[in-house]
Amino acid sequence: MDLSDKGSAIELQDIRFAWESETVLNIDHFAVSRGERLFLGGPSGSGKSSMLSLLSGVETPQTGEVHILGTDLAKTQGAARDLFRADHIGYIFQLFNLVPYLSVIDNVTLPLRFSKRRASRVDDSKQEAERLLVHLGLGDFIQRRVLDLSVGQQQRVAAARALIGGPEILLADEPTSALDRGHSEKFIELLFSECEAKNMTVVFVSHDTQLAQQFDRKLILGGEQS
Amino acid sequence: MSTLGLTWKSMRHRKSGVILTIVSLALGVALLLGVEKVRNEAKDGFTNTISGTDIIVGARSGSLSLLLTSVFHIGYVSDNVSWETFKKIERNPQVAWTIPLSLGDTHKGFAVLGTSNAYFDHYRYGNKQNLGFSQGGKLEGLYHAVIGSEVAKKLGYEIGQKIIISHGSGEISFLEHDDDPFTVVGILKPTGTPVDQTVHVSLEGIEAVHINMHGGSTKKTDMPSMDSFDALLEAKEEAPDYTPKSITAFLVGMKSRPDALALQRAINQHPAEALTGVLPGIALSELWQVVGVIENILLGISALVLAVSFSNMFAMLMMNVRERKREMAILRSVGARPHQLVGLVVSEAAIICLSAITLAIVILGIGIATLSPLIQSEFGISLGFSTLGFAEATILTGTLGFGLIISLIPAWRSYRSSLADGLSIKL
Repeated sequence: MDLSDKGSAIELQDIRFAWESETVLNIDHFAVSRGERLFLGGPSGSGKSSMLSLLSGVETPQTGEVHILGTDLAKTQGAARDLFRADHIGYIFQLFNLVPYLSVIDNVTLPLRFSKRRASRVDDSKQEAERLLVHLGLGDFIQRRVLDLSVGQQQRVAAARALIGGPEILLADEPTSALDRGHSEKFIELLFSECEAKNMTVVFVSHDTQLAQQFDRKLILGGEQS
Repeated sequence: MSTLGLTWKSMRHRKSGVILTIVSLALGVALLLGVEKVRNEAKDGFTNTISGTDIIVGARSGSLSLLLTSVFHIGYVSDNVSWETFKKIERNPQVAWTIPLSLGDTHKGFAVLGTSNAYFDHYRYGNKQNLGFSQGGKLEGLYHAVIGSEVAKKLGYEIGQKIIISHGSGEISFLEHDDDPFTVVGILKPTGTPVDQTVHVSLEGIEAVHINMHGGSTKKTDMPSMDSFDALLEAKEEAPDYTPKSITAFLVGMKSRPDALALQRAINQHPAEALTGVLPGIALSELWQVVGVIENILLGISALVLAVSFSNMFAMLMMNVRERKREMAILRSVGARPHQLVGLVVSEAAIICLSAITLAIVILGIGIATLSPLIQSEFGISLGFSTLGFAEATILTGTLGFGLIISLIPAWRSYRSSLADGLSIKL
């Protein structure tokens, strides 16, 4: 596995991905370099979710190669892809990111239960979770029940969870869709400040193209690249 | 690590549903355990109604009817065994002891058994236990009676109580031997057998009341108020012969047990008189097979209750699969493998089953502690705490095993939907 800083974090080659018989994605070549922050846009049905499924290794394409950090997920078994995701990918959902019966701290440290690699990068999981939460402006909310947090606060807890243990890649599936403009921009800023320190690669999916200005590059599916 | 920790926290989050499921399952298991226990104890109690006796001898009849009459005092045998035959078998050198039994009279619905003091020496029940006296002692006089513990309790009798026996069975009898009251001289300890519901008098006592009744002698009519000691003296002075002509049946104890089979054969082929010899153990098991059907029905019903409890647990787990879709997707997004998600559901089922089993044992313990005095007095079945036997262990492991197996269906569902939905959550 090539984990050096050189080369692409993500590289797709000759991808064809279909749901039943309907082709959703048809990509000749697509790459994201290490530390790059990519905005992935496009209208509903343009294949944004399928793209995330491929990048996170939940789905594999019918043909083509999905190289993530040098590993071809298209040729990897299901359980190994799950393990790969646990070790290398942080994921943020659109909404309801948190497990309701776990505390804020337990939600943030959840990935460390499933990835030895990420756990080994953290000395004291509780301390690291608190550090991330404080950094994301949630210092006063650590003791709250997750259900008592506002949507914006929940998304920041989710961000802390995606960041803990320093995975190389952060995938975000419309994490700001429930936030207003100001909060969205603040959220992205906070996210980036953490990612920058760890040189994380970010793929951020949103239909709100105005947010794209904060990113290194944007890719609009069902439209042209810029 | 710690799928179990997650399971535990998740269950705590949904505790009301989980607790209801556990309680319902526990009640089902406790009921099944309870019925199984009652079944076993009833069977033990039943087959131990009489022990240590090698042969029961009566007039020619079916072995079950002889058993019912002689041991359970139910029904009656039309023919009797002659006293000569009884004496003849008693004299057999291989015979260690005999107990004559003469039935047919009652006292307020309780069977009156005419016998000898050999009864108190040799009659055994349960695990070869002898009868014991809680008060008083054996029959010393003609009009003495020794009563079983239930008779004493139900009728409130003490030592010295005068009782009158009636001819024929049944609570109400038209023929009462009220000229000849018997005096209670002994009360037996509880045995959980028909002995508790029996009034024991001497064979001669029974013979005496019948002779007097049928006008053989009027000697006794003028002394109903006399105490028994005087009656005894009087009887000896006059020395009338109260030796019975015949008895209903008798019990035989052998010096050496293996000889019982040979003697039984000889009795059954006795040319002078038509007799039946019964080995009590075999006859009791035969009888149990008839009675045991009811117990099997009970067992079936409690198995159905348990099945309902299981379907309850199954429904809860299935409902959870839908409710927890979001949770499962989140866990997958942070790297949980599908088998770990399956583990969540199965370990939840395991915790529910184990808690239910524990609770069931507690419920059973409380049930035995509170209900056993009632069951002992009403049905003569003694329930005690005992270590779990093979049947109980089968029920408990079966509960756990079956619980785990049915949890595989929701677990499989959860696995499939987590694969199908991936990280997108379809609500």
